[in-house]
Amino acid sequence: MWYHKPVINEDMLQSLPNLKIVASSGVGIDHLDLNLLSSYGVKASNTPFVVSTDTADLGIALMLASSRRLVEGYQMAVSCDTEYFPADWLGTEVSGATLGIVGMGTIGYKVAERAKGFEMKILYHNRNRRNKEEESAVGAIYCKKIDDLLQQSDFVLLSVNLTPETHKLIGKRELELMKPTATLINISRGLVVDQDALVEALQNKVIKAAALDVTYPEPLPRDHPLLKLKNVIITPHIGSATKKTRRLMMENMTESIQAGLTGLPIPNEVL
Amino acid sequence: MSKKVQAIYLWWHKSVIDQELLQSLPNLKVIANSGVGMDHLDLKLVASFGVKVANAPCDVSGSTADTEVALLLASARRLVEGYHIAISSGMEYCEADFLGVEVTGATLRINGMGSIGYKIALRAKAFEMNILYHNRTWRKEQEEQAVGATYCKKIDSLLQKADFVMVVVSLTPLTDELIGKREMELMKPAATLINISGGTIQNCPATALQTGVIRAAALEVTYPEPLPRDHMLLKLENIIITPRLSIKTGKATYMITEEAAENILAALNGLPIPSEVLPS
Repeated sequence: MWYHKPVINEDMLQSLPNLKIVASSGVGIDHLDLNLLSSYGVKASNTPFVVSTDTADLGIALMLASSRRLVEGYQMAVSCDTEYFPADWLGTEVSGATLGIVGMGTIGYKVAERAKGFEMKILYHNRNRRNKEEESAVGAIYCKKIDDLLQQSDFVLLSVNLTPETHKLIGKRELELMKPTATLINISRGLVVDQDALVEALQNKVIKAAALDVTYPEPLPRDHPLLKLKNVIITPHIGSATKKTRRLMMENMTESIQAGLTGLPIPNEVL
Repeated sequence: MSKKVQAIYLWWHKSVIDQELLQSLPNLKVIANSGVGMDHLDLKLVASFGVKVANAPCDVSGSTADTEVALLLASARRLVEGYHIAISSGMEYCEADFLGVEVTGATLRINGMGSIGYKIALRAKAFEMNILYHNRTWRKEQEEQAVGATYCKKIDSLLQKADFVMVVVSLTPLTDELIGKREMELMKPAATLINISGGTIQNCPATALQTGVIRAAALEVTYPEPLPRDHMLLKLENIIITPRLSIKTGKATYMITEEAAENILAALNGLPIPSEVLPS
Protein backbone atom coordinates (compact mmCIF):
# COMPACT_ATOMS: atom_id res chain seq x y z
CA MET A 1 0.00 0.00 0.00
CA TRP A 2 1.56 3.30 -1.14
CA TYR A 3 0.28 6.74 -0.23
CA HIS A 4 -2.84 5.31 1.33
CA LYS A 5 -4.00 3.65 -1.88
CA PRO A 6 -6.01 1.50 -2.41
CA VAL A 7 -8.59 2.57 0.18
CA ILE A 8 -9.28 -0.38 2.50
CA ASN A 9 -12.98 -0.45 3.36
CA GLU A 10 -15.71 -3.04 4.02
CA ASP A 11 -16.38 -3.55 0.27
CA MET A 12 -12.73 -4.15 -0.52
CA LEU A 13 -12.28 -6.59 2.37
CA GLN A 14 -15.40 -8.56 1.45
CA SER A 15 -14.18 -8.91 -2.13
CA LEU A 16 -10.80 -10.35 -1.06
CA PRO A 17 -11.60 -13.45 1.01
CA ASN A 18 -8.01 -14.70 1.05
CA LEU A 19 -6.39 -11.42 2.03
CA LYS A 20 -3.94 -12.05 4.86
CA ILE A 21 -1.94 -8.86 5.24
CA VAL A 22 -1.90 -5.18 4.36
CA ALA A 23 1.63 -3.78 4.32
CA SER A 24 1.48 0.01 4.47
CA SER A 25 4.37 2.27 3.38
CA GLY A 26 5.61 4.85 5.88
CA VAL A 27 4.98 5.10 9.59
CA GLY A 28 1.51 6.73 9.76
CA ILE A 29 -1.42 4.34 10.05
CA ASP A 30 -4.21 6.85 10.55
CA HIS A 31 -5.70 5.87 7.18
CA LEU A 32 -6.23 2.25 8.28
CA ASP A 33 -9.25 1.07 10.26
CA LEU A 34 -7.37 -1.50 12.33
CA ASN A 35 -10.51 -2.80 14.07
CA LEU A 36 -12.15 -3.43 10.70
CA LEU A 37 -9.10 -5.27 9.38
CA SER A 38 -8.88 -7.34 12.52
CA SER A 39 -12.54 -8.32 12.21
CA TYR A 40 -11.66 -9.85 8.83
CA GLY A 41 -8.61 -11.60 10.26
CA VAL A 42 -6.30 -9.40 8.18
CA LYS A 43 -2.99 -8.28 9.68
CA ALA A 44 -1.36 -4.89 9.12
CA SER A 45 2.23 -3.63 9.11
CA ASN A 46 4.02 -0.30 8.56
CA THR A 47 7.64 0.87 8.07
CA PRO A 48 8.29 2.86 11.24
CA PHE A 49 11.97 3.62 11.60
CA VAL A 50 13.45 3.77 8.13
CA VAL A 51 11.57 6.97 7.29
CA SER A 52 12.66 8.91 10.36
CA THR A 53 15.95 10.37 9.15
CA ASP A 54 14.77 11.55 5.75
CA THR A 55 11.62 13.04 7.26
CA ALA A 56 13.68 14.94 9.83
CA ASP A 57 15.99 16.15 7.05
CA LEU A 58 13.01 17.43 5.10
CA GLY A 59 11.66 19.20 8.19
CA ILE A 60 14.91 21.14 8.46
CA ALA A 61 14.96 21.72 4.69
CA LEU A 62 11.48 23.27 4.89
CA MET A 63 12.42 25.42 7.87
CA LEU A 64 15.51 26.76 6.10
CA ALA A 65 13.76 27.24 2.76
CA SER A 66 10.91 29.12 4.40
CA SER A 67 13.05 31.36 6.59
CA ARG A 68 15.35 32.34 3.75
CA ARG A 69 12.50 32.61 1.21
CA LEU A 70 14.31 30.16 -1.03
CA VAL A 71 11.41 29.39 -3.37
CA GLU A 72 10.55 33.07 -3.84
CA GLY A 73 14.25 33.81 -4.35
CA TYR A 74 14.49 31.10 -6.98
CA GLN A 75 11.45 32.52 -8.78
CA MET A 76 13.03 35.95 -8.76
CA ALA A 77 16.34 34.59 -10.05
CA VAL A 78 14.73 32.85 -13.04
CA SER A 79 11.81 35.15 -13.83
CA CYS A 80 11.69 36.82 -17.25
CA ASP A 81 10.98 40.16 -15.61
CA THR A 82 13.99 40.29 -13.31
CA GLU A 83 16.45 43.08 -14.02
CA TYR A 84 18.10 43.30 -10.61
CA PHE A 85 17.69 41.90 -7.12
CA PRO A 86 16.08 44.40 -4.71
CA ALA A 87 18.16 45.34 -1.68
CA ASP A 88 15.28 45.32 0.78
CA TRP A 89 14.09 41.81 0.03
CA LEU A 90 15.03 39.92 3.21
CA GLY A 91 14.53 36.66 5.05
CA THR A 92 15.08 35.75 8.69
CA GLU A 93 17.84 34.01 10.62
CA VAL A 94 17.71 30.38 11.61
CA SER A 95 20.97 30.25 13.57
CA GLY A 96 20.31 31.15 17.18
CA ALA A 97 16.53 31.23 16.73
CA THR A 98 14.08 29.21 18.85
CA LEU A 99 12.62 25.99 17.47
CA GLY A 100 9.57 24.45 19.17
CA ILE A 101 9.11 20.75 18.37
CA VAL A 102 5.63 19.39 18.96
CA GLY A 103 6.01 15.62 19.15
CA MET A 104 9.41 14.41 20.26
CA GLY A 105 9.29 10.85 19.01
CA THR A 106 11.96 9.38 16.74
CA ILE A 107 11.48 11.98 14.03
CA GLY A 108 11.12 14.92 16.41
CA TYR A 109 14.30 13.94 18.20
CA LYS A 110 16.25 13.70 14.94
CA VAL A 111 15.00 17.19 14.06
CA ALA A 112 16.37 18.39 17.41
CA GLU A 113 19.76 16.78 16.72
CA ARG A 114 20.00 18.64 13.44
CA ALA A 115 18.73 21.94 14.80
CA LYS A 116 21.46 21.84 17.44
CA GLY A 117 24.03 22.16 14.63
CA PHE A 118 22.46 25.56 13.86
CA GLU A 119 22.85 26.69 17.48
CA MET A 120 19.08 26.89 17.81
CA LYS A 121 17.35 27.04 21.16
CA ILE A 122 15.14 23.96 21.28
CA LEU A 123 11.83 23.65 23.14
CA TYR A 124 9.67 20.55 22.91
CA HIS A 125 6.24 19.35 23.88
CA ASN A 126 5.42 15.65 24.11
CA ARG A 127 3.00 13.31 25.84
CA ASN A 128 5.93 12.14 27.96
CA ARG A 129 9.05 13.96 28.94
CA ARG A 130 12.30 12.57 27.52
CA ASN A 131 14.97 11.60 30.03
CA LYS A 132 17.66 14.06 31.14
CA GLU A 133 20.44 12.55 29.02
CA GLU A 134 18.34 12.73 25.88
CA GLU A 135 17.34 16.31 26.66
CA SER A 136 20.85 17.53 27.35
CA ALA A 137 22.31 15.74 24.30
CA VAL A 138 20.33 18.14 22.11
CA GLY A 139 19.87 20.97 24.60
CA ALA A 140 16.09 20.61 24.51
CA ILE A 141 13.84 22.19 27.13
CA TYR A 142 10.54 20.50 27.97
CA CYS A 143 7.34 22.54 27.80
CA LYS A 144 4.59 20.76 29.69
CA LYS A 145 2.06 23.19 28.27
CA ILE A 146 2.02 23.55 24.51
CA ASP A 147 1.05 27.20 25.01
CA ASP A 148 4.48 28.00 26.45
CA LEU A 149 6.16 26.46 23.42
CA LEU A 150 3.93 28.32 20.99
CA GLN A 151 4.50 31.69 22.63
CA GLN A 152 8.29 31.45 22.63
CA SER A 153 9.11 29.79 19.31
CA ASP A 154 10.29 31.39 16.09
CA PHE A 155 9.67 28.08 14.30
CA VAL A 156 7.03 25.54 15.35
CA LEU A 157 7.54 22.08 13.86
CA LEU A 158 4.86 19.40 14.10
CA SER A 159 6.03 15.79 14.22
CA VAL A 160 3.21 13.97 16.00
CA ASN A 161 1.17 10.93 14.97
CA LEU A 162 -2.36 11.66 13.87
CA THR A 163 -4.68 10.36 16.58
CA PRO A 164 -8.03 11.58 17.94
CA GLU A 165 -5.98 13.61 20.48
CA THR A 166 -3.84 15.35 17.87
CA HIS A 167 -6.62 15.99 15.36
CA LYS A 168 -6.70 19.80 14.84
CA LEU A 169 -4.09 20.18 17.56
CA ILE A 170 -3.13 23.49 15.99
CA GLY A 171 -6.23 25.64 15.53
CA LYS A 172 -7.17 29.29 15.70
CA ARG A 173 -6.31 29.58 19.40
CA GLU A 174 -2.90 27.99 19.01
CA LEU A 175 -2.04 30.07 15.93
CA GLU A 176 -2.94 33.24 17.84
CA LEU A 177 -0.58 32.20 20.64
CA MET A 178 2.29 32.00 18.17
CA LYS A 179 4.49 35.03 17.47
CA PRO A 180 3.48 37.09 14.43
CA THR A 181 7.04 36.50 13.17
CA ALA A 182 6.77 32.73 13.58
CA THR A 183 6.70 29.99 10.96
CA LEU A 184 4.69 26.74 11.19
CA ILE A 185 6.27 23.62 9.70
CA ASN A 186 4.20 20.45 9.32
CA ILE A 187 5.79 17.09 8.55
CA SER A 188 3.19 14.97 10.38
CA ARG A 189 -0.32 14.88 8.91
CA GLY A 190 -2.52 17.58 7.37
CA LEU A 191 -5.33 16.93 9.86
CA VAL A 192 -3.12 17.88 12.82
CA VAL A 193 -3.74 21.45 11.71
CA ASP A 194 -7.08 23.22 11.33
CA GLN A 195 -6.38 24.16 7.74
CA ASP A 196 -9.07 26.83 7.43
CA ALA A 197 -7.74 28.52 10.57
CA LEU A 198 -4.24 28.33 9.10
CA VAL A 199 -5.30 30.05 5.88
CA GLU A 200 -6.92 32.84 7.86
CA ALA A 201 -3.88 33.20 10.12
CA LEU A 202 -1.53 33.46 7.14
CA GLN A 203 -3.77 35.93 5.28
CA ASN A 204 -4.14 38.15 8.34
CA LYS A 205 -0.45 37.94 9.29
CA VAL A 206 -1.25 36.28 12.60
CA ILE A 207 1.79 34.14 11.79
CA LYS A 208 4.45 34.92 9.22
CA ALA A 209 4.69 31.80 7.08
CA ALA A 210 4.08 28.07 6.77
CA ALA A 211 5.92 25.17 5.17
CA LEU A 212 3.88 22.02 4.71
CA ASP A 213 4.88 18.60 3.43
CA VAL A 214 1.40 17.35 4.33
CA THR A 215 -2.10 18.73 3.80
CA TYR A 216 -5.65 17.49 3.90
CA PRO A 217 -6.59 16.27 1.42
CA GLU A 218 -3.52 15.35 -0.60
CA PRO A 219 -3.32 16.88 -3.07
CA LEU A 220 -5.28 20.01 -2.22
CA PRO A 221 -8.04 21.10 -4.61
CA ARG A 222 -6.42 23.26 -7.27
CA ASP A 223 -8.28 26.39 -6.22
CA HIS A 224 -7.32 26.09 -2.52
CA PRO A 225 -6.07 29.37 -1.01
CA LEU A 226 -2.94 27.69 0.44
CA LEU A 227 -1.64 27.16 -3.08
CA LYS A 228 -1.72 30.86 -3.82
CA LEU A 229 -0.15 32.36 -0.70
CA LYS A 230 3.38 33.68 -1.21
CA ASN A 231 4.35 32.91 2.37
CA VAL A 232 3.57 29.19 2.05
CA ILE A 233 5.81 26.44 0.77
CA ILE A 234 4.04 23.15 0.00
CA THR A 235 5.79 19.95 -1.00
CA PRO A 236 3.93 16.84 -2.17
CA HIS A 237 4.47 14.57 0.88
CA ILE A 238 8.09 13.74 0.07
CA GLY A 239 9.31 13.20 3.63
CA SER A 240 10.61 9.74 2.82
CA ALA A 241 11.26 10.30 -0.89
CA THR A 242 14.86 9.30 -1.37
CA LYS A 243 16.08 6.34 -3.38
CA LYS A 244 17.75 4.64 -0.46
CA THR A 245 14.87 5.00 1.97
CA ARG A 246 12.21 3.93 -0.50
CA ARG A 247 14.22 0.82 -1.20
CA LEU A 248 14.48 0.07 2.52
CA MET A 249 10.74 0.62 2.90
CA MET A 250 10.03 -1.83 0.10
CA GLU A 251 12.35 -4.37 1.70
CA ASN A 252 10.56 -3.96 5.04
CA MET A 253 7.15 -4.32 3.41
CA THR A 254 8.23 -7.41 1.49
CA GLU A 255 9.53 -9.01 4.70
CA SER A 256 6.25 -8.28 6.45
CA ILE A 257 4.23 -9.70 3.58
CA GLN A 258 6.32 -12.85 3.37
CA ALA A 259 5.96 -13.41 7.11
CA GLY A 260 2.23 -12.72 6.92
CA LEU A 261 1.76 -15.26 4.13
CA THR A 262 3.74 -18.00 5.86
CA GLY A 263 2.13 -17.47 9.26
CA LEU A 264 5.37 -16.34 10.93
CA PRO A 265 5.65 -13.40 13.37
CA ILE A 266 5.31 -10.23 11.31
CA PRO A 267 8.05 -7.59 11.55
CA ASN A 268 6.58 -4.10 12.14
CA GLU A 269 3.12 -5.50 12.75
CA VAL A 270 0.60 -2.85 13.81
CA LEU A 271 -1.94 -3.96 16.37
CA MET B 1 25.49 67.45 -6.64
CA SER B 2 28.51 65.41 -7.59
CA LYS B 3 30.81 67.81 -5.73
CA LYS B 4 28.94 67.05 -2.51
CA VAL B 5 29.52 63.31 -2.60
CA GLN B 6 32.20 62.33 -0.09
CA ALA B 7 31.34 58.69 0.50
CA ILE B 8 29.83 55.80 -1.41
CA TYR B 9 28.18 52.83 0.28
CA LEU B 10 28.48 50.13 -2.31
CA TRP B 11 25.59 47.68 -2.10
CA TRP B 12 26.45 44.58 -4.10
CA HIS B 13 28.56 46.04 -6.82
CA LYS B 14 26.26 48.93 -7.64
CA SER B 15 27.27 51.60 -8.67
CA VAL B 16 30.07 50.38 -10.91
CA ILE B 17 33.22 52.19 -9.83
CA ASP B 18 35.12 53.16 -12.95
CA GLN B 19 37.35 55.96 -14.18
CA GLU B 20 34.38 58.04 -15.33
CA LEU B 21 32.59 57.87 -12.01
CA LEU B 22 35.71 58.67 -10.01
CA GLN B 23 36.47 61.65 -12.19
CA SER B 24 32.95 62.98 -11.71
CA LEU B 25 33.21 62.92 -7.89
CA PRO B 26 36.14 65.18 -6.99
CA ASN B 27 35.42 65.19 -3.25
CA LEU B 28 34.95 61.47 -2.83
CA LYS B 29 36.94 60.27 0.18
CA VAL B 30 35.84 56.71 0.81
CA ILE B 31 34.06 53.75 -0.74
CA ALA B 32 32.57 51.40 1.84
CA ASN B 33 31.78 47.96 0.47
CA SER B 34 28.96 45.79 1.81
CA GLY B 35 30.40 42.38 2.50
CA VAL B 36 33.94 41.10 2.39
CA GLY B 37 34.57 40.28 -1.30
CA MET B 38 36.49 42.94 -3.23
CA ASP B 39 36.92 41.33 -6.63
CA HIS B 40 34.58 43.84 -8.30
CA LEU B 41 36.75 46.83 -7.34
CA ASP B 42 39.88 48.00 -9.10
CA LEU B 43 41.73 48.92 -5.92
CA LYS B 44 44.70 50.49 -7.69
CA LEU B 45 42.44 52.72 -9.77
CA VAL B 46 40.52 53.89 -6.72
CA ALA B 47 43.76 54.53 -4.80
CA SER B 48 45.10 56.60 -7.68
CA PHE B 49 42.27 59.06 -7.04
CA GLY B 50 43.22 59.28 -3.35
CA VAL B 51 40.02 57.49 -2.34
CA LYS B 52 40.11 54.99 0.52
CA VAL B 53 38.32 51.65 0.41
CA ALA B 54 36.87 49.56 3.23
CA ASN B 55 35.01 46.27 3.33
CA ALA B 56 32.66 44.80 5.97
CA PRO B 57 34.14 41.53 7.16
CA CYS B 58 31.73 41.28 10.07
CA ASP B 59 30.73 37.85 11.14
CA VAL B 60 27.84 36.87 8.96
CA SER B 61 29.37 33.44 8.57
CA GLY B 62 26.44 31.82 10.45
CA SER B 63 23.88 33.32 8.12
CA THR B 64 25.96 32.33 5.09
CA ALA B 65 26.50 28.79 6.36
CA ASP B 66 22.74 28.45 6.90
CA THR B 67 22.12 29.40 3.27
CA GLU B 68 24.68 26.90 2.01
CA VAL B 69 23.01 24.09 3.96
CA ALA B 70 19.56 25.30 2.86
CA LEU B 71 20.69 24.99 -0.76
CA LEU B 72 22.20 21.57 -0.17
CA LEU B 73 19.00 20.25 1.39
CA ALA B 74 16.71 21.91 -1.15
CA SER B 75 18.72 20.49 -4.03
CA ALA B 76 19.06 17.00 -2.53
CA ARG B 77 15.35 16.71 -1.78
CA ARG B 78 14.23 18.53 -4.94
CA LEU B 79 12.29 20.99 -2.84
CA VAL B 80 11.70 23.61 -5.53
CA GLU B 81 10.58 21.03 -8.10
CA GLY B 82 8.34 19.45 -5.44
CA TYR B 83 6.80 22.83 -4.69
CA HIS B 84 5.99 23.37 -8.37
CA ILE B 85 4.38 19.94 -8.57
CA ALA B 86 2.36 20.58 -5.41
CA ILE B 87 0.91 23.85 -6.68
CA SER B 88 0.61 23.02 -10.38
CA SER B 89 -2.85 23.24 -11.87
CA GLY B 90 -2.66 19.74 -13.35
CA MET B 91 -1.65 17.87 -10.21
CA GLU B 92 -3.75 14.85 -9.30
CA TYR B 93 -1.10 12.99 -7.35
CA CYS B 94 2.64 13.03 -6.95
CA GLU B 95 4.47 10.27 -8.80
CA ALA B 96 5.79 7.63 -6.44
CA ASP B 97 9.10 7.76 -8.27
CA PHE B 98 9.68 11.46 -7.57
CA LEU B 99 12.79 10.87 -5.50
CA GLY B 100 15.67 12.88 -4.14
CA VAL B 101 18.93 11.77 -2.57
CA GLU B 102 19.82 11.25 1.06
CA VAL B 103 21.64 13.91 3.02
CA THR B 104 22.17 12.14 6.34
CA GLY B 105 25.28 10.00 6.14
CA ALA B 106 26.33 11.34 2.73
CA THR B 107 29.83 12.61 1.92
CA LEU B 108 30.31 16.35 1.75
CA ARG B 109 33.41 17.91 0.31
CA ILE B 110 34.01 21.53 1.28
CA ASN B 111 36.40 23.52 -0.83
CA GLY B 112 37.44 26.38 1.44
CA MET B 113 37.47 25.90 5.21
CA GLY B 114 37.52 29.49 6.47
CA SER B 115 35.00 30.70 9.02
CA ILE B 116 32.06 30.03 6.72
CA GLY B 117 33.33 26.60 5.65
CA TYR B 118 33.84 25.64 9.27
CA LYS B 119 30.32 26.67 10.28
CA ILE B 120 28.99 24.62 7.39
CA ALA B 121 30.95 21.65 8.71
CA LEU B 122 29.38 22.11 12.17
CA ARG B 123 25.93 21.97 10.63
CA ALA B 124 26.78 19.06 8.36
CA LYS B 125 28.05 17.10 11.35
CA ALA B 126 24.56 17.27 12.86
CA PHE B 127 23.38 15.42 9.74
CA GLU B 128 26.07 12.76 10.38
CA MET B 129 27.71 13.68 7.09
CA ASN B 130 31.18 12.47 6.25
CA ILE B 131 33.18 15.69 5.77
CA LEU B 132 36.21 16.06 3.52
CA TYR B 133 37.82 19.46 3.03
CA HIS B 134 40.40 21.25 1.03
CA ASN B 135 41.91 24.55 2.10
CA ARG B 136 45.02 26.60 1.49
CA THR B 137 46.11 25.52 4.98
CA TRP B 138 45.28 22.66 7.33
CA ARG B 139 42.93 23.32 10.21
CA LYS B 140 44.19 22.37 13.69
CA GLU B 141 43.60 18.77 14.72
CA GLN B 142 41.14 19.78 17.46
CA GLU B 143 39.10 21.79 14.98
CA GLU B 144 39.08 18.89 12.52
CA GLN B 145 37.98 16.46 15.22
CA ALA B 146 35.23 18.75 16.47
CA VAL B 147 33.48 18.41 13.11
CA GLY B 148 34.90 15.06 12.04
CA ALA B 149 36.54 16.59 8.97
CA THR B 150 39.35 14.98 6.97
CA TYR B 151 41.84 17.10 5.05
CA CYS B 152 42.40 16.20 1.41
CA LYS B 153 45.55 17.61 -0.11
CA LYS B 154 44.60 16.64 -3.64
CA ILE B 155 41.48 18.28 -4.97
CA ASP B 156 40.81 15.41 -7.38
CA SER B 157 40.41 12.68 -4.80
CA LEU B 158 37.94 14.83 -2.92
CA LEU B 159 35.83 15.28 -6.00
CA GLN B 160 35.59 11.58 -6.79
CA LYS B 161 34.31 10.57 -3.34
CA ALA B 162 31.82 13.32 -2.68
CA ASP B 163 28.03 13.23 -2.90
CA PHE B 164 27.95 16.99 -2.38
CA VAL B 165 30.67 19.44 -3.44
CA MET B 166 30.54 22.90 -1.88
CA VAL B 167 32.66 25.83 -2.98
CA VAL B 168 33.21 28.39 -0.23
CA VAL B 169 36.29 30.37 -1.25
CA SER B 170 37.04 34.01 -1.96
CA LEU B 171 37.22 34.83 -5.62
CA THR B 172 40.84 35.54 -6.55
CA PRO B 173 42.91 34.90 -9.67
CA LEU B 174 43.87 31.57 -8.04
CA THR B 175 40.30 30.43 -7.49
CA ASP B 176 38.83 31.80 -10.69
CA GLU B 177 37.45 28.91 -12.78
CA LEU B 178 38.16 26.52 -9.90
CA ILE B 179 35.47 24.07 -10.90
CA GLY B 180 35.54 23.64 -14.62
CA LYS B 181 34.63 20.91 -17.10
CA ARG B 182 37.44 18.66 -15.94
CA GLU B 183 36.50 18.90 -12.27
CA MET B 184 32.82 18.27 -12.97
CA GLU B 185 33.69 15.16 -14.96
CA LEU B 186 35.65 13.87 -11.98
CA MET B 187 32.57 14.19 -9.78
CA LYS B 188 30.16 11.28 -9.35
CA PRO B 189 27.15 11.39 -11.71
CA ALA B 190 24.93 11.38 -8.61
CA ALA B 191 26.76 14.34 -7.08
CA THR B 192 25.47 17.85 -6.44
CA LEU B 193 27.50 21.06 -6.81
CA ILE B 194 26.77 23.99 -4.50
CA ASN B 195 28.45 27.33 -5.01
CA ILE B 196 28.13 30.42 -2.88
CA SER B 197 31.43 31.99 -3.87
CA GLY B 198 32.23 34.23 -6.84
CA GLY B 199 30.30 33.50 -10.01
CA THR B 200 33.16 32.54 -12.25
CA ILE B 201 34.38 29.85 -9.87
CA GLN B 202 32.36 27.24 -11.65
CA ASN B 203 32.73 27.31 -15.35
CA CYS B 204 29.08 27.26 -16.40
CA PRO B 205 27.81 23.83 -15.40
CA ALA B 206 24.90 23.94 -17.87
CA THR B 207 26.29 21.20 -20.12
CA ALA B 208 27.27 18.99 -17.20
CA LEU B 209 23.75 19.29 -15.80
CA GLN B 210 22.03 18.62 -19.10
CA THR B 211 24.05 15.55 -19.95
CA GLY B 212 23.93 14.03 -16.45
CA VAL B 213 27.66 14.45 -15.78
CA ILE B 214 26.48 15.72 -12.39
CA ARG B 215 23.02 15.26 -10.84
CA ALA B 216 22.17 18.80 -9.84
CA ALA B 217 23.53 22.18 -8.82
CA ALA B 218 22.58 25.05 -6.53
CA LEU B 219 24.13 28.44 -7.21
CA GLU B 220 23.98 31.49 -4.97
CA VAL B 221 26.13 33.53 -7.26
CA THR B 222 26.32 33.67 -11.01
CA TYR B 223 28.31 35.61 -13.53
CA PRO B 224 26.89 38.01 -14.49
CA GLU B 225 24.27 38.83 -11.87
CA PRO B 226 21.47 38.52 -12.74
CA LEU B 227 21.96 36.14 -15.65
CA PRO B 228 20.59 37.18 -19.05
CA ARG B 229 16.98 36.00 -19.20
CA ASP B 230 17.66 33.61 -22.06
CA HIS B 231 20.59 31.88 -20.33
CA MET B 232 20.55 28.09 -20.49
CA LEU B 233 20.92 27.70 -16.71
CA LEU B 234 17.53 29.34 -16.12
CA LYS B 235 15.75 26.63 -18.09
CA LEU B 236 17.15 23.53 -16.41
CA GLU B 237 15.06 21.67 -13.81
CA ASN B 238 17.98 20.23 -11.88
CA ILE B 239 19.38 23.58 -10.84
CA ILE B 240 18.40 26.01 -8.10
CA ILE B 241 19.59 29.57 -8.54
CA THR B 242 19.10 32.07 -5.74
CA PRO B 243 19.81 35.80 -5.57
CA ARG B 244 22.50 35.94 -2.86
CA LEU B 245 20.32 34.84 0.01
CA SER B 246 23.35 34.38 2.27
CA ILE B 247 23.31 37.86 3.74
CA LYS B 248 19.70 38.68 3.03
CA THR B 249 18.43 38.62 6.56
CA GLY B 250 17.52 41.64 8.64
CA LYS B 251 20.24 40.85 11.15
CA ALA B 252 23.06 40.32 8.64
CA THR B 253 22.15 43.35 6.57
CA TYR B 254 22.05 45.49 9.71
CA MET B 255 25.48 44.30 10.84
CA ILE B 256 27.05 44.93 7.44
CA THR B 257 25.52 48.39 7.16
CA GLU B 258 26.58 49.30 10.69
CA GLU B 259 30.16 48.34 9.89
CA ALA B 260 30.11 50.27 6.62
CA ALA B 261 28.79 53.34 8.44
CA GLU B 262 31.64 53.11 10.96
CA ASN B 263 34.15 52.95 8.12
CA ILE B 264 32.61 55.94 6.38
CA LEU B 265 32.50 58.08 9.52
CA ALA B 266 36.11 57.26 10.33
CA ALA B 267 37.23 58.20 6.82
CA LEU B 268 35.32 61.47 6.82
CA ASN B 269 36.79 62.39 10.19
CA GLY B 270 40.33 61.56 9.13
CA LEU B 271 40.56 58.70 11.62
CA PRO B 272 42.03 55.22 10.99
CA ILE B 273 39.46 53.20 9.09
CA PRO B 274 38.55 49.97 10.96
CA SER B 275 38.42 47.68 7.93
CA GLU B 276 40.43 49.50 5.33
CA VAL B 277 41.49 47.47 2.30
CA LEU B 278 44.71 48.45 0.58
CA PRO B 279 45.68 47.53 -2.95
CA SER B 280 48.07 44.55 -2.82
